[in-house]
Amino acid sequence: MPAEAHITVENLTMAYGGMVVQRDLDFVIRRGDIFVVMGGSGCGKSTLLRHLIGLRAPRSGRILYGDVSFWDAPEPTRDQLLRRTGVLYQGGALWTSMSLAENVALPLREHTRLGEREIREIVSFKLALVGLRGFEDFYPSEISGGMRKRAGLARAIALDPEILFFDEPSAGLDPISARRLDELILELRDSLGATVVVVTHELASIFAIGSNAVFLDAASKTMTAYGPPAELLAHPPNPQVLDFLTRGGQTASAPA
Amino acid sequence: MTSPAQAPVTGSVRFETADDGSLRVCLGGTWDIQGAKPETAPSRIAWDTVRELHFDTVGLAGWDSRLLVFLDALCREARAAGVPVVLAGLPPGAARLLALAAAVPEHEQDPLHRPHHLARLGQWAVGLNRATQDMVGFVGEITLGLVRLATGRAQIRWRDVGAVVVSAGPDAFPIVTLISFLVGLILAFVGAIQLRMFGAEIFVADLVGIGIVREMGAIMVGVVMAGRTGAAFAAQLGTMQVNEEIDAFQTMGVSPVDFLVLPRMLGLTLMMPFLCIYANLMGNLGGLLVGVTMLDLGAMQYYIETQAAVGVNDLAVGLTLSFVYGILVSFSGCYRGIRCGRSSADVGKATTSSVVTSVVMLVISTAIITVLCDILGV
Repeated sequence: MPAEAHITVENLTMAYGGMVVQRDLDFVIRRGDIFVVMGGSGCGKSTLLRHLIGLRAPRSGRILYGDVSFWDAPEPTRDQLLRRTGVLYQGGALWTSMSLAENVALPLREHTRLGEREIREIVSFKLALVGLRGFEDFYPSEISGGMRKRAGLARAIALDPEILFFDEPSAGLDPISARRLDELILELRDSLGATVVVVTHELASIFAIGSNAVFLDAASKTMTAYGPPAELLAHPPNPQVLDFLTRGGQTASAPA
Repeated sequence: MTSPAQAPVTGSVRFETADDGSLRVCLGGTWDIQGAKPETAPSRIAWDTVRELHFDTVGLAGWDSRLLVFLDALCREARAAGVPVVLAGLPPGAARLLALAAAVPEHEQDPLHRPHHLARLGQWAVGLNRATQDMVGFVGEITLGLVRLATGRAQIRWRDVGAVVVSAGPDAFPIVTLISFLVGLILAFVGAIQLRMFGAEIFVADLVGIGIVREMGAIMVGVVMAGRTGAAFAAQLGTMQVNEEIDAFQTMGVSPVDFLVLPRMLGLTLMMPFLCIYANLMGNLGGLLVGVTMLDLGAMQYYIETQAAVGVNDLAVGLTLSFVYGILVSFSGCYRGIRCGRSSADVGKATTSSVVTSVVMLVISTAIITVLCDILGV
């Protein structure tokens, strides 16, 4: 089912000052995909994410949302595009001085004209979706890391985004919580009909949820593989990808 | 989410009771959080007469969280009344999200009980007692650190002391110059107006000289350093606490007091008397400027008068004060920083309370020392 392209990355080169992080990235994220950006530590995965969500401008190349080139668009258009995305940061990035309800309510207050009562109802519902109903008045410091992450997800989906970005969703979670979060991501993709972009190096996650993937290589500073993770494992295009997907040559036990 | 092709029609809902006793919820229009509020006039549903809850979405053009929130409330009401809910009639995505929201039961919060006023007073007193004990304990830790330092067993990095000396010394010169020069100038102004009435303009030099050297120079430096360096200590150590860097020191067997607190306290306490001497100089220059330009005093005349008025004991009192302030300011900065909570808001609190603690202790210690000097006749 080749759905339409949601995000297209064309000839993207990313650099910090004079140091090129990744060059010549070319890939398409289709509507409804769970697209995995994978690669070893320091290969530029998170940098790519920061480019996709508009925090850093590319050195060269284009990022298209639908058929709008993000970085060539005027500021209001970019804001409009970003409003349809949600981001779950690595540590949740909840605002520590606000309760969970206030955290989730902020985007709703800023970007909709809903009344206080309706906002409260939506906030409770979003928290219920991530299994945190009844935690409205808790502060981020009073809940566990996994709960913080789920609350961050509730905030990310506050405005019913079309695209959800996840930065290392399973980092710092125990295997069971990590799997639950994976299932939640799948469920949200299916029911919200959203496109999901996941930056991760968790093999279990990659095989469990990834429908398409790109592999960023730190040494050659470009993408060296592009395709569904299971297919990449079956027909690895190069040894680095095989190494990565099999944890450095261990007999792979890849749950498909 | 689905979006309608034409201009969206505001969402609507209609309840129909079927012959078999089931309640049919007919949804229509577009339920969009950006759009207008759907007409969901609260209908009193007699749940005990309903056998089952069904949904009809033939007229539904588009939906998002707005619809889900409405349905969620309805479903919860139905379940609470023991009425089975058939989600099949809903768009598949909506049905799944509703199921997901109902999957985890609501977290029961402890009923908030507000304690009695008397109990709160007691809690406050106990808290105060604990805070005092903690502060005294920290003083003890620092003292032990100093003992270790004196016996050469402290793990102190002299490079850190150097960095603090630079930031609390030369880097602070511009602000100290500005403040103390202006304070000298203001003192001279205030004095000049009064003394001119008696033709005693020359005593402006005495007033500024003694005022600055004995008290004001040290106080001004103390306040500036509390806001500048003490706050920086608190913010820095507080952020380290948030990042678990201080825990890392502890588990490595490195005393945070030796490694973080002592260099800061030594550096700042060492620099304060020097800053004070510098502030004295600047303050008197400010006085001199007023004396020469406003009161037509000769520069030499002013200098000689100052020299005659200011004794070594005044300088000693000022320097003692600045030394004490150095200890107090660096102590409150480090103490509030090390005892900082775990969130970014706590860093702000630590910084604020470091400055407040510094200034309060500064004023109290000045009062004590001034009374002592009076008794001793210094």
